[in-house]
Amino acid sequence: MAAPDNIVTIRNLSKIYLQGEINVTALDNISLDIAAGEFLALLGPSGSGISTVLHIIAGIDRPTSGECHVQGIDVARLNESQLADWRNQNVGFVFQTFNLIPVLTAFENVELPLLLTRLTRRARRRQVETALELVGLADRAKHLPKQLSGGQEQRVAIARALVTDPALVVADEPTGNLDSHSAQEVLGVLRALSQDAGKTVIMVTHDPKAAAFGSRQIHLEKGELTK
Amino acid sequence: MALPINYSLRNALVRWRSTLATVLGIALVVFVFVLLQSLAAGIERSSANTGDPRNLLVVRKGSTAESASLITRQTLTEIRYFEEIARNEKGEPIISADVLALVNLPRRERGGEANVLLRGVTPRGIELRPQVGLVAGRWFVPGKRELVVSAKLAKRFDHFDLGDTVHTGSGQFTVVGWLAAGGSAFDSECWLDADECRSTFDRDMYSSFLVRPVDEAAGERLIQRIETDRRFKLKVEKEVEYYRKQTMTAAPIKWLGGFLAVMMSVGAVFAAMNTMYAAVGARTREIGTLRVLGFRRRAVVTALLVEGAFLAFFGGMIGCALAFYWNGYTTATMGFETFSEIVFEFRVTPKFVAEGLGFAVAVGLIGTLLPAIRAARLPVIDALKSI
Ligand SMILES: Nc1ncnc2c1ncn2[C@@H]1O[C@H](COP(=O)(O)OP(=O)(O)O)[C@@H](O)[C@H]1O
Ligand SMILES: [Mg+2]
Repeated sequence: MAAPDNIVTIRNLSKIYLQGEINVTALDNISLDIAAGEFLALLGPSGSGISTVLHIIAGIDRPTSGECHVQGIDVARLNESQLADWRNQNVGFVFQTFNLIPVLTAFENVELPLLLTRLTRRARRRQVETALELVGLADRAKHLPKQLSGGQEQRVAIARALVTDPALVVADEPTGNLDSHSAQEVLGVLRALSQDAGKTVIMVTHDPKAAAFGSRQIHLEKGELTK
Repeated sequence: MALPINYSLRNALVRWRSTLATVLGIALVVFVFVLLQSLAAGIERSSANTGDPRNLLVVRKGSTAESASLITRQTLTEIRYFEEIARNEKGEPIISADVLALVNLPRRERGGEANVLLRGVTPRGIELRPQVGLVAGRWFVPGKRELVVSAKLAKRFDHFDLGDTVHTGSGQFTVVGWLAAGGSAFDSECWLDADECRSTFDRDMYSSFLVRPVDEAAGERLIQRIETDRRFKLKVEKEVEYYRKQTMTAAPIKWLGGFLAVMMSVGAVFAAMNTMYAAVGARTREIGTLRVLGFRRRAVVTALLVEGAFLAFFGGMIGCALAFYWNGYTTATMGFETFSEIVFEFRVTPKFVAEGLGFAVAVGLIGTLLPAIRAARLPVIDALKSI
């Protein structure tokens, strides 16, 4: 089934939410392959189901039917604690709303996922510093999120997503809350992740201009692939 | 794997405005608990700490308190030269016949009147009570109508300064000294010469004898000898034992302290629960984020429990600090035995502080448990989607 250079293989994936008495079909029988190292932009209008795809790939949500393999693993078959470990080791997540922990500094936020590894304090420090340098915020390590601009917050969030050196970085409308200048910066960092660091980056967006940064664009509408 | 302690600590601190009411509620519980225990400890100390283990106290059989006991002068002459009683260097038997009298005296600053226990003692009586010492002035001279008052009572009663004159029913005395007795029951007494006390209050009898036996065995024999002699109708027990029994008066306060603490802590648990529900509810998406990063349910629950414990601990610290403010503060209550003013100090011991803090932390943990579990049980995706 999965071609060796495909990091994500999606087959006949459906997601149906039960809202009261009505079934809401968020994803309708989707099949999709994502190659290792590509920067895929999932483009679609609001409510099209793009976030749902991303959540299922990242092991945050479960499909109603169909399969989603990531690096050959059927993510839906993992139990809650296995999923937690799997996410920690394999996926970096970037949110539209940044989701930094307000009481922790930039450094501490980026360090969080590393606290679940066996790394020593020194190794953690080195990795956090490298990640912060990569997003150009080494000098903001001691700042709290509220002392940073939106664009800086999102770059810290990207540093947090890549600090564990995961194969996959997923971003759900990462520029949705940013001005166009900050958005350019953030998109540049994501593109560099794929082009220079060889990461697979999957980005969900409503914005065609943002999607243009991707190496490939896929359109979703009403839970179905259109292109 | 755990979240950093900083996460819990800073979250406990950062929302201090919204948690203040809960923190102060817990502070109040701990304050009441520690203060009442300290009160009980002070009262206990004032009796438990009283007496010399070598001494025996002789009172009339059937009397509940020394002040209610009467012993004839005849009895003193008969017992005085028993060979079981030790002698001092001058060969005199070490026995003191005391006369106790209650007088009603005015408190300072028009605080009404209260009973004060006067103890007429002989020089032997002072020697037998090494706990009692002078902190100001000098001892009374027999025949000169002089009075030595407790320094602690002196702060509470009018005309108790050195040189003042105290008017009692049938006479007046000059205050010549202040005594201190290390927090024992004698801190609630005023001392004067035994014979003067008898004549002033028109007493024909003594109240009690305090005796130093030659040794332990002689003490046992003396108890036997006096108690079995049907002529005397006397009761003999160790002085420390007699005062320890008076400690009973602290039991209701301890009980009240425990009861109040338990009742109030039920309220505090609900307050803490309310606060933590709000705190956790406002952080639902943050908790979802932590779980996306790979933290397990248990790590989230633990971090929230630690946060609740911190909150409660701060409250406990405030409560202890408030209670500690009263440490050493001298106050008085009416003795249940003599109806006289009994002074004692609040004693905030490390044990009570530790218990109070432990109490607070328990309240915090119990109050946090349900909100924490509810937050951690929410599916990651639902937590993330919450606003
Ligand atoms: N928990 C839910 N319950 C019911 N309907 C949901 C739920 N989550 C998402 N949906 C619906 O599924 C569809 C796709 O959701 P989503 O992938 O989040 O949209 P978007 O493409 O805007 O990111 C939408 O119509 C949305 O209303
Ligand atoms: Mg979306």
